[in-house]
Amino acid sequence: MKRAWLGLGVLALVALIAPLVAPYAPDALDLANRRAAPSLAHWFGTDDLGRDTLSRALFGGRVSLAIGLLSALVAAVLGVTVGALSGYVGGWTDTALMRATDAVLAVPRLLLLMVAAATLQPTVPALVVLVGAVGWMETARVTRASVRSLVGSEFVLASRAVGAGHLRILWRHLLANASGAIRTAAVLAVGRAILVESALSFFGVGVQPPAASWGSMLYQAQSAMTTEPWLALFPGACIVLTVGVLTALSDRAEA
Amino acid sequence: MDARVGPIARLAGRRAVEAVPLLLLVSGLAFGLLQLVPGGPIEVYLSNPGVRPEDLERLRRALGLDRPLWVQYVSWLTAFARGDWGFSFSDGRPVLDRIVERLPASLELLGTSLVLALSAAIPAGLVAAVKRRTWVDRGISAVAAAGVSIPAFWLGLMLQLVFAIGLGWLPSAGRGAAGDGLARVQYLIMPAAVLAFVHAAAWSRYLRASMVEVLTSPFVAAACARGVDARTRLTRHALPNALAPVATVVLLDAALLVPGAVVTESVFAWPGVGSLFTEALGRRDYTVLMALLMVSSVAVVVFNLLADVLHAWLDPRVAS
Repeated sequence: MKRAWLGLGVLALVALIAPLVAPYAPDALDLANRRAAPSLAHWFGTDDLGRDTLSRALFGGRVSLAIGLLSALVAAVLGVTVGALSGYVGGWTDTALMRATDAVLAVPRLLLLMVAAATLQPTVPALVVLVGAVGWMETARVTRASVRSLVGSEFVLASRAVGAGHLRILWRHLLANASGAIRTAAVLAVGRAILVESALSFFGVGVQPPAASWGSMLYQAQSAMTTEPWLALFPGACIVLTVGVLTALSDRAEA
Repeated sequence: MDARVGPIARLAGRRAVEAVPLLLLVSGLAFGLLQLVPGGPIEVYLSNPGVRPEDLERLRRALGLDRPLWVQYVSWLTAFARGDWGFSFSDGRPVLDRIVERLPASLELLGTSLVLALSAAIPAGLVAAVKRRTWVDRGISAVAAAGVSIPAFWLGLMLQLVFAIGLGWLPSAGRGAAGDGLARVQYLIMPAAVLAFVHAAAWSRYLRASMVEVLTSPFVAAACARGVDARTRLTRHALPNALAPVATVVLLDAALLVPGAVVTESVFAWPGVGSLFTEALGRRDYTVLMALLMVSSVAVVVFNLLADVLHAWLDPRVAS
């Protein structure tokens, strides 16, 4: 648990201080060293324009992590709202919202997202909203389950008796009790969002140049697999490392 | 007649009815997205200098694009339900033909990876549960954790790098020519392995959790006390009970094999329905995209329904 948090902290720190630690600017061209294999000057090699892959991976990590975190935030806000409403109000509202959640879960999300991204050609903020919009269902379910199990309990009744409003009961009592489950779902959602973004970018419909994320670096690398394999190796390893750390975190939180 | 049939039939009927609004939702979203394309469905002609504005107007009338949106939607939907899926924007051939001709390749890949995934996941989950909290369990869990963290497309790229470009053992992409005989199996190995690995990882985790729960339950201890030997306890008592929930997950996931195939097929240029999707995406071939969205939604609905039925069959408490 500690080690996983530490790992996440290191990743976030590296993303934050990327401009300080990156050996080159991400878009600096080194035309004398195009398609250079990994060396001391360019640890991760360079691409067909002579851009340093390490520096690009560091800056690309900022984009990937930012999209992952922000769309997980969008998903968490959506999911907690839907789940809390569903669990607290109950009855007809509950049925309608949970049916809707089931329905969205059954939609082929990645495909719809790919078509949406290809059609709308979203900017990075729009991409965050799109990715977040397909990731809220699990959070909604765990929030609802937790709220539902506590809504009839005595401490809720007691706080209503002393005059607490609906919002206060929800926020201070029900959601506070659900926070552990919500946090686990949110951590998982960050990893999933990073995977979804990288898949979109890998198919060329996500992050567009000149901006780069790990996924879009792989999109570029795919056509140069035989000549510059290092371009595909490092950004992908970054994704695996990040998502792996996040998965480990949510696993431990569950156990 | 089995007493379970009645309740299960009612359950299946209810689920089928519930699926209708879902399919309408997807069709609405798909149709709506097409309207958001700058220029709409005739976008391809807009940039063609040989096409005059009055030609565009005529084309719009001929294609019925001057009608109100909801009329267009309803006529598209009814035609779709009748099996008239329109013509591909990129080569003018019927969409249905383009999809059907890609099906055999996809089914071959999906079938192979399903078999591979199951034959890896079941022993892995079983061994991890029996040897829980030993290094065997930790090793299997680590591989499984890697499986859910690795993007399928990157795993594909790395396999190509090692086995096709580096060692030259396997062809990097494609499906081989019809006359190649057994050599065609070489083309299948990498894409099937990628698709299988991602799913086997998740399934072995489910099976492990489910097995641990069953193995620690009183009836297994009772069997032990009666003197049932370890092997029988495992295969006759524990495994069937542990497999029931996993079977549902496998069926639910089987629906996800379809979008998963999009990624894997494209990386390996496997000529199936999945790479048809990415080709259509690249060419903005909206008739093909919409048809594929609808087909995969129907596939998800059908597999969900099958999962519900199977769950109810294995655990009769569910249907009642």
